[in-house]
Amino acid sequence: MQSLETNRRSLLAGAAALGLASSAQIAFAQTAGPRKVVFVILRGALDGLAAVAPYGDSRYHDLRPRLALAPPGQAGGVLPLSDGFGLHPNLQFLKTSWDARELAIVHAASSPYRDRSHFEGQDVLESGGTATYGTQDGWLNRALAASPTHGEGVAIGEVVPLVLRGSAPASSWAPSVAPEPASDTLQRLTDLYANDAVLGPALARAVATDAMVGDTGMQEQGGMGRGRYAALNVLTEAAARLLAPANGPCAAVASFDGWDTHANQGSTNGALAARLQALDGAFAALKHGLGDRWNETVVVVATEFGRTVAENGTGGTDHGTGGVSFVLGGAVRGGRFHGDWPGLSQQALFQGRDLAPANDVRAVFAGVLQAQWGLDDAVLRSRVFPGLQAPMQGLVA
Amino acid sequence: MDAAIALNRFGLGARPGDAARLGRGAEDWLAGQVGDANSFVLTRPDLPDSRQAGAALMAFLAERRERRQANGNANAHAQMNNQNDPRQLVIRLAEVAQPDVAARVERALTTDNGFAERLVYFWCNHFTVAATKAQTIAFIGPFEREAVRPHLNGKFVDLLTATTFHPGMLLYLDQAQSIGPNSRLGQRRDAGLNENLGREVMELHTVGVHGGYTQADVTEFARALTGWTIVGPRMRRLAANAQPGETLFVEQMHEPGARRIMGKTYAEGGREQAIAVLRDLARHPATANHIAVKLTRHFIADDPPPEAVSSIERVFLDTDGDLPSVHRALAALPQAADPALKKFKSPQDFVISACRMAGVEAAPMRSIAGSFQMLGQPIFRAPSPAGWDDVSINWAGPDAIMKRLEWAQALARRVSMRTPPADLAADVLGADLSETTRTAIRRAESAEQGLTLALMSPEFQRR
Repeated sequence: MQSLETNRRSLLAGAAALGLASSAQIAFAQTAGPRKVVFVILRGALDGLAAVAPYGDSRYHDLRPRLALAPPGQAGGVLPLSDGFGLHPNLQFLKTSWDARELAIVHAASSPYRDRSHFEGQDVLESGGTATYGTQDGWLNRALAASPTHGEGVAIGEVVPLVLRGSAPASSWAPSVAPEPASDTLQRLTDLYANDAVLGPALARAVATDAMVGDTGMQEQGGMGRGRYAALNVLTEAAARLLAPANGPCAAVASFDGWDTHANQGSTNGALAARLQALDGAFAALKHGLGDRWNETVVVVATEFGRTVAENGTGGTDHGTGGVSFVLGGAVRGGRFHGDWPGLSQQALFQGRDLAPANDVRAVFAGVLQAQWGLDDAVLRSRVFPGLQAPMQGLVA
Repeated sequence: MDAAIALNRFGLGARPGDAARLGRGAEDWLAGQVGDANSFVLTRPDLPDSRQAGAALMAFLAERRERRQANGNANAHAQMNNQNDPRQLVIRLAEVAQPDVAARVERALTTDNGFAERLVYFWCNHFTVAATKAQTIAFIGPFEREAVRPHLNGKFVDLLTATTFHPGMLLYLDQAQSIGPNSRLGQRRDAGLNENLGREVMELHTVGVHGGYTQADVTEFARALTGWTIVGPRMRRLAANAQPGETLFVEQMHEPGARRIMGKTYAEGGREQAIAVLRDLARHPATANHIAVKLTRHFIADDPPPEAVSSIERVFLDTDGDLPSVHRALAALPQAADPALKKFKSPQDFVISACRMAGVEAAPMRSIAGSFQMLGQPIFRAPSPAGWDDVSINWAGPDAIMKRLEWAQALARRVSMRTPPADLAADVLGADLSETTRTAIRRAESAEQGLTLALMSPEFQRR
């Protein structure tokens, strides 16, 4: 069998034989397809007060003498939103989206987690529960499993993160530089993994996802670099290509790190500014790649917690509590803030140092899931987000 | 203990003939390495020390400053990560770390003492310093060789102290710039406290996140740590004889006064204050438990059996954190010989063990480093201070398995086989090799495919 050059996308033909093409996928292909959800995790704790600055509050300038952004119209000033808030000047695409009413912002948002460990905070953010290490599966997977369409999820990266783990099918995909495996070897390995509960399903998912990517012509791009600082827009372009077909996954997750700005985070320029610019470009690439699908897609962006309101002694900010969350997409009821703003007065701060967690970020997720997939309150509050009070209303048209 | 189990679970992977050479001496082989300081030593004339790393960093910073001034660059600013730095300068700085990458890989491919090397990796990961900032790139190798390797034949407290105050750690966790607000320098300058190192020492290095500390303890510890810094361009005035890259305690930066941390008061003692806190943290019962869980999770199973954890915890407490005793006890755990308990290999473990199995003794260093990167675990670049993850679910994702297959096939294409792959697999995997896998390898259409299947077999993917 000299099939070394066989592209593994050709396995798509054999995918049905392998039992990989689910009935759900086939069903989607014949309809307009379900509405899609993209979850972007900003790992490392984004400084919400740098991304969405309360420039109208004098306390913001007092507590951040080196980091505060200038009011709009001044050199390096924020991009004005409303109510004395402005976007970081590098978030140009988000500003355009706000003006087009496609971006909603929930400030002072936080998961129920109240300590300041990144690793625990991300665990709670992804599990959707209230306690650390409380579940083995994630809220997005539970939502997929509960949704009437029973769609699949895909993670942009080597592995499936907690938020997408669980009983619903989920795959992962990342750009590669190596030649593809021979299809015959792949088939033999599939046989060899028949009784392996971890490796068998993982390989099957990878084959199915590759077939999907191959169909959309993504592999022709080839040679895309990876690594910690792989261009974020490459990753969101990948997400867009996977989501765009009607029979593609219903949910995608991308994780971007590099937000843990303890020192020299800068204001209009600097490490954080550069990272925000990359993030902004990633959202623009996602919209572009999704084409018309953008109108049915909602992108939710969250981080494990915020950072201290006051800058620290080294031109940065330390681990805090209330952060910021973005909801983005063609169907979003944007151009406005949702939820409450606790303010920056000393008595309003959480433990005297952090932006208070005025809004449960899970309510934001639940509001999006309800609008996109028609999940009802009871399911959201019992199965997807145990202990949630109520989904946030009005985020999506 | 079965020789193959010892070589694979505790070592870097069996080479052809290793199991036969070990015979019945697996226990002695394991115990012999951990009590011998020499087995941890890594020296080569081209490996830089912290002073040389410091000089390289100073040169980098100076050149970057110059370049920005020359450009009249509106973007001139202090920066946190190398993505934003002028690219060629960072690449040149990274060259300083290349001999360390080469030395580590060469050692991994050729050593007879794989357990010692695995312990080095474990502790380097426990005390992660990553080359994810320009400031730390040159210090990763020196950190491993100066702070970790020399202390694995001693007490945990000395390892903790050496890693905490190494320039690499001080830079990685932002301690170098932290200044006591009421110190002499703090009063004059618009500068102050950074609590990153204080928090991570408690959360990650000692008592663990539920070890009983509060936010107030973190802040107090951060105050106690002020003054510990490294010699930089501005520090010359304060320490005339110090060399760039050296750790230094600067009294003028230290927050004066007593500190109260986890219920105990630490009198003002200058440099001794933080050392006293570290000493107590090292001996805290929560630290013994935290270390025991991490060691058994790394070497035994993702969910380590509670008896294994408590056994290691007990040895840690009884011996005042004597690392050779702890490491010996780990290898002697009855659960270590249980073939049912397995760990999924990390990408680095997989690449190294595959090369050892395939008889690759020397490879272009860059191709090994490139393999680590391709499979998602670039060398010296853990994604966070928590280090690389240690449970299978974070390594065995769909895309990760496909990348391993692509890589295994590329390796199998390049090596010339002297042994039939099924025999090779039997030699390396010993009793672990299942009949199903042996048959699949035998039936392969080529030696290349057979080796690919052997490398990707469920048995070889685990240890």
